[in-house]
Amino acid sequence: MNAVKVFRSLLRSPVGLIGALLVVGAFVSAFGAGWFSAIDPTQFHLRNRLAPPVWAGGTWEFPLGTDQLGRDIASRLMHGARVSLMVGVLGVAVSTLIGVTIGLLAGYYRGWVDAVLSRLIDTFMAIPFIVLALAVIAVIGPQGGDNITLLVIVLGVSGWIDFARVVRGETLGVVELEYVEAVRALGQNRFWILVRHVLPNVSASIIVLVTLNVASVIIAESSLSFLGLGVQPPTVTWGLMLADGRDHLATSWWLATFPGIAITLTTLGMILLGDWLRDVLDPRMMT
Amino acid sequence: MLTFIVMRTLQMVPPLFGLTIILFVLLRIGGDPVAHLVHPDATPAEIQQVREAYGFDRPWVEQYVRQLTLIVTGDFGDSYRYRAPAMPLVLERLPATLELALASIVIALVIAIPAGILSAVYQNSWLDVLVTVTSTLGRAMPNFWIGIMLILVVAVQLRWLPVAGRDGLAHLILPAITLGTSLATTIARLLRSSLLEIMRREFMTTARAKGLRYWTVVLRHGLRNALVASVTVLGLQVAWLLGGSVIVEEVFAWPGIGRLMVRSVLLRDLTLVQAGVLVFALIVMVANLLVDVTYAFINPRIRFS
Repeated sequence: MNAVKVFRSLLRSPVGLIGALLVVGAFVSAFGAGWFSAIDPTQFHLRNRLAPPVWAGGTWEFPLGTDQLGRDIASRLMHGARVSLMVGVLGVAVSTLIGVTIGLLAGYYRGWVDAVLSRLIDTFMAIPFIVLALAVIAVIGPQGGDNITLLVIVLGVSGWIDFARVVRGETLGVVELEYVEAVRALGQNRFWILVRHVLPNVSASIIVLVTLNVASVIIAESSLSFLGLGVQPPTVTWGLMLADGRDHLATSWWLATFPGIAITLTTLGMILLGDWLRDVLDPRMMT
Repeated sequence: MLTFIVMRTLQMVPPLFGLTIILFVLLRIGGDPVAHLVHPDATPAEIQQVREAYGFDRPWVEQYVRQLTLIVTGDFGDSYRYRAPAMPLVLERLPATLELALASIVIALVIAIPAGILSAVYQNSWLDVLVTVTSTLGRAMPNFWIGIMLILVVAVQLRWLPVAGRDGLAHLILPAITLGTSLATTIARLLRSSLLEIMRREFMTTARAKGLRYWTVVLRHGLRNALVASVTVLGLQVAWLLGGSVIVEEVFAWPGIGRLMVRSVLLRDLTLVQAGVLVFALIVMVANLLVDVTYAFINPRIRFS
């Protein structure tokens, strides 16, 4: 299916369209944050601490209110999108690289390679994603700075199992096909067969998994930052904003409400886009 | 059936073995493992003493075999922070974690089964749309945020339930709803699609043609088959549920293994982290074993293949 067809079918699908708009919205606010909002997200306005949103008695100066240090919530939400999307996209890139490589190798070589790699996949499947991420953070420890690189590595290394499982399953099927047999008979080298002939046939599933996994990685990043184990202040993230918000639930509801809505809308966009892609590209996957 | 259970239990051995290797490697990629066991300002002589006492000066294979024996006997070494054996500290908190997990599963089933049935039976009605939209939203919301919002509305504003802690049933409700609703969205979606698929099968038409009432057919023939399909996925969800419980325990100050893990990671108490990872993985493996045995019990085709 070519790009024009995919785009046309996107315009016809309400689900895909809403998903795409939400994702584009998240990217636009992330990269246009400085342009949309003149207020520095880390600047204190101590006279305006815990100011409510404009419709709840606040002012237009801070449309979504301020936090306990008088920092502008609207501006922090937009800057927070930058970290979430960056960790989400880069983390999934790492997972894809590891998972697809392992899946291709296991599915193509079968035999003992597959046996060893499949047991590895089984083992990792027993460890909950976030628990594995916690363990890796405990071992590597704080690296100083904002921790973003650490998170990309941790979440990337913890999230490859889905990719390996699905790609292995599909490769097993593709390798059986006659044309793979044919290129093998022509004497092509194995690496070239995998990259040129097998990979394109499993790419539809990979695209769908990438979209859905960006959503889980964004949630994982905000969970870890919420726990104080992820991104470190003064870098702005939704997870840290939620942690601040929890401490002020009794007096200022807006602190914990808006970052949650921001996360939900972003992951919702990714999920809707992923579901739509699955319908359009029609990969034969089980998840 | 006994053969199946034995065979299936034996299948747990390779992943368990893999797990010990992962834990072994994990402890060593972070640099010198001795650094986590000694006081920050220990002298080189003291460090060397600890290194020899724990056998970290021996070849890797020997270290691994030693660690394997210790794991098999349940001895993980002492927690750096509690100055007590790590494994008992984790097991002490197991009941709290299991209580929360089981309560969440009950809540998830109570919500998901009726929701799944109704949205499949009344496909494309407003009810179906409502269930689909809610479950998609539920998939997108981070569950710890659902927890914070429940605390805000139910505990802080309405003052109906306690904010946090573990002291009786009232304390269990909010964390269990938090985890349960996220799980419910997955189960409802799955039940809906498998029920829709089953209702198109011929035996359903036959049952109707026999003169059985519509709901009897849906519940007795349709639901039973759809539930069988959903049981396997429930096994996969256990890992997800436990992962979610880590954060939810922290939000509600629920004294389970997850909260202990988070504290241990903050303090880099690696022996405790190791013990925690092993216990979590064991729960997932045992739960999957139970799911598979149940599945084989309801579905003879699996048992004899």
